[in-house]
Amino acid sequence: MGVTRTPTPTTQGSETTGGIGESTLRPDGVLKTTGEFAYASDLWHEDMLWGHTLRSPHAHAEIVSLDVSRALAQPGVYAVLTYDDLPTDVRHYGLEIQDTPVLAHGRVRHHGEPVALVAADHPETARRAAAKIRVEYRQLPVVVDEATATAPDAPLIHEGRTDHHSGHVPHPNVVHRQPIVRGDADAAARRADVIVTGDYEVGMQDQAFLGPESGLAVPAEDGGVDLYIATQWLHADLRQIAPVLGLPEEKVRMTLSGVGGAFGGREDLSMQIHACLLALRTGKPVKMVYNRFESFFGHVHRHPATLHYEHGATRDGKITHMRCRIVLDGGAYASSSPAVVGNASSLSAGPYVIDDVDIEALALYTNNPPCGAMRGFGAVQACFAYEAQMDKLAAALGMDPVEFRRLNAMSQGAVMPTGQVVDSPAPVAELLRRVKAMPMPPEREWESAGGGVDVRALPGGLSNTTHGEGVVRGVGYAVGIKNVGFSEGFDDYSTARVRLEVIAGEPVATVHTAMAEVGQGGVTVHAQIARTELGVTQVTIDPADTRVGSAGSTSASRQTYVTGGAVRHTCQAVRERVLELGRAKLGTHHPAWATAELLLESGKVVTDDGEVLAGLAEVLGDEAIDIEREWRHRPTEPFDLRTGQGRGHVQYSFAAHRAVVDVDTELGLVKVVELACAQDVGKALNPLSVVGQIQGGTTQGLGLAVMEEILVSDRATVRNPSFTDYLIPTILDTPPIPVDVLELADDHAPYGLRGVGEAPTLSSTPAVVAAIRAATGLALRRVPVRPENLTGT
Amino acid sequence: MDFLRPATWEEALAAKAEHPTAVPIAGGTDVMVEINFDHRRPDVLLDLNRVVDLYEWEVGEETVRLGAAVPYTRVIEALGRELPGLALAARTVGSPQIRNRGSVGGNLGAASPAGDSHPPLLAAGAEVEAVSVRGTRLIPVEEFYTGVKRNALAPDELIRAVHIAKADGPQQFSKVGTRNAMVIAVCAFGLALHPATRTVRTGIGSAAPTPVRAGTAEEFLTAALEEEGLWDSGRTVPPSVARQFADLVAACASPIDDVRGSAAYRRHALRVMARRTLGWTWDEYLGNERSARCA
Ligand SMILES: Cc1cc2nc3c(=O)[nH]c(=O)nc-3n(C[C@H](O)[C@H](O)[C@H](O)COP(=O)(O)OP(=O)(O)OC[C@H]3O[C@@H](n4cnc5c(N)ncnc54)[C@H](O)[C@@H]3O)c2cc1C
Repeated sequence: MGVTRTPTPTTQGSETTGGIGESTLRPDGVLKTTGEFAYASDLWHEDMLWGHTLRSPHAHAEIVSLDVSRALAQPGVYAVLTYDDLPTDVRHYGLEIQDTPVLAHGRVRHHGEPVALVAADHPETARRAAAKIRVEYRQLPVVVDEATATAPDAPLIHEGRTDHHSGHVPHPNVVHRQPIVRGDADAAARRADVIVTGDYEVGMQDQAFLGPESGLAVPAEDGGVDLYIATQWLHADLRQIAPVLGLPEEKVRMTLSGVGGAFGGREDLSMQIHACLLALRTGKPVKMVYNRFESFFGHVHRHPATLHYEHGATRDGKITHMRCRIVLDGGAYASSSPAVVGNASSLSAGPYVIDDVDIEALALYTNNPPCGAMRGFGAVQACFAYEAQMDKLAAALGMDPVEFRRLNAMSQGAVMPTGQVVDSPAPVAELLRRVKAMPMPPEREWESAGGGVDVRALPGGLSNTTHGEGVVRGVGYAVGIKNVGFSEGFDDYSTARVRLEVIAGEPVATVHTAMAEVGQGGVTVHAQIARTELGVTQVTIDPADTRVGSAGSTSASRQTYVTGGAVRHTCQAVRERVLELGRAKLGTHHPAWATAELLLESGKVVTDDGEVLAGLAEVLGDEAIDIEREWRHRPTEPFDLRTGQGRGHVQYSFAAHRAVVDVDTELGLVKVVELACAQDVGKALNPLSVVGQIQGGTTQGLGLAVMEEILVSDRATVRNPSFTDYLIPTILDTPPIPVDVLELADDHAPYGLRGVGEAPTLSSTPAVVAAIRAATGLALRRVPVRPENLTGT
Repeated sequence: MDFLRPATWEEALAAKAEHPTAVPIAGGTDVMVEINFDHRRPDVLLDLNRVVDLYEWEVGEETVRLGAAVPYTRVIEALGRELPGLALAARTVGSPQIRNRGSVGGNLGAASPAGDSHPPLLAAGAEVEAVSVRGTRLIPVEEFYTGVKRNALAPDELIRAVHIAKADGPQQFSKVGTRNAMVIAVCAFGLALHPATRTVRTGIGSAAPTPVRAGTAEEFLTAALEEEGLWDSGRTVPPSVARQFADLVAACASPIDDVRGSAAYRRHALRVMARRTLGWTWDEYLGNERSARCA
């Protein structure tokens, strides 16, 4: 049928025996390292066309006129589409609020907003044709921050809002606002011996995934479309795509293609609808791939934030109260801003016991680039600020910053600002103790025996900026709290289908879910779970697609918990069915069939004291057991709109970091020497993957601390949409990351596990900045820290 | 787009004469990026990869004649003694892949103010061998840069080689970037001591529309070293002299604010790098003097 380079089932054969708790290797690992893995950008279909998107050069403008005739006239062009060509009345989409036009309608609200689409027989032809589309813009004043968004004459980014947040926000340019009030902060403040306040800022970080947005839409004979796509959640895409196309969901068949990283940046749609529209219009397969430049406009970023905090403490080091106000810049469209607000507010106190709080978080609509999900999701911004506050408080009290934190650390049974009781282990003090107890890296490692200098061990590295002059070491600590799973009453379920059959005399399990494997290693873990639950060695993982029920999003550190939970739950149902079959067929052969606790192990049915009753082959014969089940974690509830009270989160996760930095204080260059992490993961299903997640998250936090930022001009246009000027850490910037993994089971979660992916991203950033503060004595209220900030230039 | 692949230097010159708008391509690490990002749509590409002469170098009495397309990796491996400043700069270019392809000739062709070869070429003293079917001329490198990403080549000319003075004393190169690899210079500085002529030379990168020498700083330091008799006395450079040299280096720059850094930071960083590299080169000079005396 002509589509090539789509994922095929991966079978992990009998050489892989690992069940849960073992560091089995990933089935996609070798292919990815050798460059053979097929990513979405490698998709191919004979006879396919190439789609191209024309984007707005302005952040805010009225479209006065739009003329596509010259583009259409270009040979090789098959279609040019604008807003007026959309096939149905559903012309907007969005994760939570459907405010994003499929193509701009009369007005563009951010730099890079899609205005028109071209399909042509060659990508170059499509690009050139797009350049021939004549768009006349009339530029409008831009809204760029809270002051311009809420000024009396502020232009409204979205007029006539009717979404479910519009009724309670203080201004139509506020997407969502969440106050949280608990106790009496005013009264508690009067008990404080010291009060510290601070204003903090977090720049706009990008997910910077390496595989750009890409997909292939193939029109089908039934009038539907098959879409091969790199995404984070197939079914959420489907729900948004089908209505715009005017198709029932079953006619939009989606298959996950190779995904080159996501980090939240693929939660929102990019080219999905566009490629389908072009395919349906032309009757031909259409591929779209963004290049790096376009990718910076193709996905949302991490919300930049300004945060004001006040904390008080008594002389003996107990925090009395906390007040904060967090303003997140959501940019032109809502994306997941409301949920980010929920996280930022509910996690704003950090992993500390603070009974009296007064919290407000809100997200703005502006003409800046749209912001949404990124690893850490609202908790990153808060953590940077509250951890800076902890150091300030400790300094004001003359206390050791780690001891001060430990004194106020929450533990199991603590009450969150939302009133939710933390009902599983919360080893915050222990994580801090562990990370502090790790051995320190040696000092002055650049000094070699012969009196020479190894510049690689110095700030600036091979750039040869110092031979030790101006270099000061600093050490900093931080700890953070992140929720796991979708919150605030969301029905956050997952689905798994498991098939067990005997092939060539050997039992084989096939696991089919719609989980997006974006690099997190879910496919590895699913096979481990199936082996543990079904006692088989051979497991086949089917490609993710929409023929099976939703797996929910690969985000919020949730997939091992939720889809892992669904796979386990379904495997258990399969096991029950095996035992039923066994009892029916063989029950009379041995009394234990009726009386004992039975398990599946090494391809056999065994009693709990190890006696073998039958082989699976004998029980199953040529029957295949095939079951699809949904699974849900404990329900959550929304936060009260005025008080913020509510059991909003599923689970909490904690990580602590110690950063050791060498700063060239004269040049303002930072070398992170070591970034140690201790994290509680409940149960490490795959210890190797767990360490990988922690090291990756830690590195992404380092990037935010010292280099990563999307810069916008005063006209709200993006100034650095390239890897030349949007810098992410290279391996030479990545320090050794020793990891101490703690496993305190959460009794409410499958296997006691705790989501791992995001927590390490939180505390990494403030730990690095604390270390730089220690080295320089500077206040450093903003990340990323630039050389200018360290040199006063 | 036409793609010309001359097999010899003569054919290359003839092709360039026939197609003056042809864009030469050596390592391609600038050209291919420009084409991929559609910043440039040349009608004709002139591939120099078959012209083996361009990948060779000769070490002469006083200069190294470095073929235009010799990749940075070779400079680092083979010419660290003769061209220490250039070798230090070459180490900071891009990544191993880029250093395996990218060349000094390409850096000159691109003439970006941020090119890392330029400060050490300016500091060492170099001439660009520009050749056309009309003949050969040697252009002093300080006259080669004529504007942002513009150089002194005539449309029919190609760079055959760069003649770089062999080091007669210590050389240093420093580059400020906001990460440890794969980074375009926020600013850079090269310094060479020339004990043979009792002079010093400098090169500033990324802090003016073109790479420049810090002329007044060189004159000041050359005079100060002479006046204080430092070349012979074995004494260190007085801090006041180092400071004034550093201030003059900063004053010779005309940096701008951009996404990579502020003008004020660039000036500040140049001052720091000038002071430090002077300390390092002078220490090395004193060390060499001492070991020479001992020998
Ligand atoms: C990822 C990456 C990182 C980089 N990092 C750095 C860095 O850290 N520092 C730095 O300075 N540069 C860097 N560069 C830029 C580039 O690698 C250098 O400028 C390199 O020196 C170019 O050499 P080349 O042989 O690849 O040139 P090419 O790309 O082949 O050519 C560059 C220019 O020179 C012209 N040209 C080439 N040869 C000749 C000739 N013989 N005669 C006349 N004109 C000629 C070409 O027409 C073109 O205009 C980087 C580039 C990339 C892609």
